[in-house]
Amino acid sequence: MTSHILRRLIECVIVVAVMSFVIYGLIGLMPGDPIDLMLGSDPHLTSADVARLKTLMGIDQPLLKRYAAWAAAALSGDLGYSRLYVRPALAALAAPLGRSALLMGISFVLTLAVALPLGIVAALKPRSRLDHAINLLSFASISLPSFWIGLMLILMFAASLGWLPAGGIADVGGGGVGDRARHLVLPVATLTIVGFGTFARYMRAGLLDVLGQDFIRTARAKGASERRIMLGHALRNAITTVVTIVALSFGGLFSGALVTETIFAYPGMGKLIYDAVLGNDYNLALAALLLATIMTLLSNLAADIAYAAIDPRITYR
Amino acid sequence: MIALSPRGRLFARRYAENRAAVAGTALLVTLALASFLTGVVQAALGVVTDRVDLYHRLATPSLAHPLGTDELGRDLLMRLLEGGRISLEVGIAGALAAAVLGTAIGLVAGYRGGLIDGILMRMTDAVIALPLLPLLIVLAAIDLRKLGVPPELARSEVASLYRIVALVALVGWTTVARIVRGATLSLKAQDFVRAAVALGATPTRVMLVHILSNLASPVTVATALSIGNVILLESVLSFLGLGIAPPLASWGAMLSGAQETITIAPMLAVYPGLLIFLVVVACNLVGDGLRDALDPRTLQRTRTA
Repeated sequence: MTSHILRRLIECVIVVAVMSFVIYGLIGLMPGDPIDLMLGSDPHLTSADVARLKTLMGIDQPLLKRYAAWAAAALSGDLGYSRLYVRPALAALAAPLGRSALLMGISFVLTLAVALPLGIVAALKPRSRLDHAINLLSFASISLPSFWIGLMLILMFAASLGWLPAGGIADVGGGGVGDRARHLVLPVATLTIVGFGTFARYMRAGLLDVLGQDFIRTARAKGASERRIMLGHALRNAITTVVTIVALSFGGLFSGALVTETIFAYPGMGKLIYDAVLGNDYNLALAALLLATIMTLLSNLAADIAYAAIDPRITYR
Repeated sequence: MIALSPRGRLFARRYAENRAAVAGTALLVTLALASFLTGVVQAALGVVTDRVDLYHRLATPSLAHPLGTDELGRDLLMRLLEGGRISLEVGIAGALAAAVLGTAIGLVAGYRGGLIDGILMRMTDAVIALPLLPLLIVLAAIDLRKLGVPPELARSEVASLYRIVALVALVGWTTVARIVRGATLSLKAQDFVRAAVALGATPTRVMLVHILSNLASPVTVATALSIGNVILLESVLSFLGLGIAPPLASWGAMLSGAQETITIAPMLAVYPGLLIFLVVVACNLVGDGLRDALDPRTLQRTRTA
C-alpha cells in the first residue's frame, strides 16, 4: 500500500512537470506577448526599443531555455507578477481560492444531500414510477447547460422578482454574513441543479448492482430484516463506487465552477483563470492553471487511497 | 425497406421498442432537417434572414419574424436554426474525431501491450486527471498565427469550427481509448485472432480487419453518448466567447449576447438554452437506446427482470 502511494505520488510529480511545460508552451502561444502590451500603453516605443526589450527580457530565447528559467524561479517560489491584480501571482490566487472553496464546498454538500437519497430511493423500487421520475430528473440535470440555468435563475429571481442579487459576493457597503449568503444562493443553486444528476445515477446503479448479488440473497435467506440488509449489507458496499466518484470530482472543486463563477461575477478561481487568460495575464494564468492541475491530481490520488481503504478486497501491489 | 440481417432486425426491433430513444431520434431528425433546409424554410416563410437590420432590433414576434429579432435585428428563428446546424455538425464531427483518435490509441495499446501500452495508458490517465475546462479555455485562446497558420485562415469563421472539433478530439478520446483497449485485450486472446496470426497476417491487418470490425458496437455506443457532451462543450466555449466565431450562429454565443439584453428581451436567452437542453437530452436518449439495443448483456438483464 505504502509503496503504491509512493509510486502514484511520483507519477503525479511527473505529470505536474510535463503539464507545467505544456501549459507554459500554450501560454506562450496566446495572442501577443508582454512587450506588445507595453507597446500598447506607450506609443513612444520605437521598434529598436522593442527589439532591445525583447532581448533584455529573454523573449527572443528558445522555448526550452525560457521554460528552464521560469521553472527554476517557480521552484524557488517565484511565480511572477500578476498584471491584472498588481501583486505577485501567488498572492493574487489566495483569496479567489478560498472563495471558490466556499462556493464549491456548499454546492457539493447540497448536491450530495439531494442526489444520494434520490439514487437510493430509485434503486429500492427499480422500474417503478418513482424510479422513472427520478431517472428523468437526473437525465435533465446532466443535459442542462449550466450557463443557461444560471441565466434563467438570474432572469427569474434577480431581474423579474428582485429577490436575490444577480452576481458578485456582497453589496456595496454590505458584506455581513447574511449579505454574503444571499449572494451565494443563485450560484449554489445552479451548481446543485446541474450536478445532482450524475451522482444520483451512480448511486442508483451502484446500489442496484449490489442488491443483485448473492450475499444479499443469502442475507434475505437467513432472515435478516430489510432494514439490516439495506444498512448493513447493501449501502456499505454500494457506497464504495460513490466515494470514488465523489473524490474524483473533488479536484474540479477548485476550478470546476468556471462558467458559473463567470456568469455570477463571483471572483473565485474559475473566473480568475478566465480573466487571466482573456486579459493576457500570462504569469497569473500559468500559476492558476498549475495550481488547478495539482489540486486535481491530488484528489485523484485521494480517491485511489479512499477506494482501497473502504474496500478491503482491493489490494495494491 | 432495406433488407436487414437477423442481428440487424433484432437491433431495429429493440431500438424501436425504446420509446425514449425513438422520441430522441425524432427530435434530432426534425431539427436536422429544419436546420439543413433553412433555405427552404426561409422561402416558405418569406423571411429575409441573416440581414442585419438595426431599425428592427429586438422586435417582438410577427408574421415576418415568427420569433422576433435579435440584438442586431436578424430573424431569431433563422439564427436558431443555423445555430442548430452548427451545433449538430460540431457535435457529430467532434465526437467522430475523438472516437477515431481514441480507437487508434486503444487499439495500439491493447494489441501491442508491454511498454507501449504502459505509456499510452499512463497518458490516458493523465489526460483524464486534468482540469478540463480551464485547459480548454487556454487551448481555445491560443493564437493560430503563432503556429504558422496564415492570418486570413486563422481569423476565418471556418477555422473556429475546425478548432472546436480539434479541441474536442484532443480532450475527448480517453473514454473510447479505454473501452477499445479493454475489448482488444479480450479479442486478442480469442481463437479467430490467433488463427489469423498463425496464417501470417501482419499486426496491422489483424488490428484493422479482425479486431476493429468487432469493436463496432462499443465504439458506436460510446461515440453516440459523447455527442451530447460535445454539443454542451461547444456551447460553453462559444458562450465564453472562445468557440464559434461570429457571424456564424451558435446557441452558446447567442446566450452570451442575450445576457446583456436579458431584462428587455428575455426570450432571446430562453430559446437557445432550451434548444441546447433538448438536443443534448435527445442525444443522450439516442445513445442510451443504442447501448441497450446493441449490448447483449442488457438484453439478458431486461429478460430476467
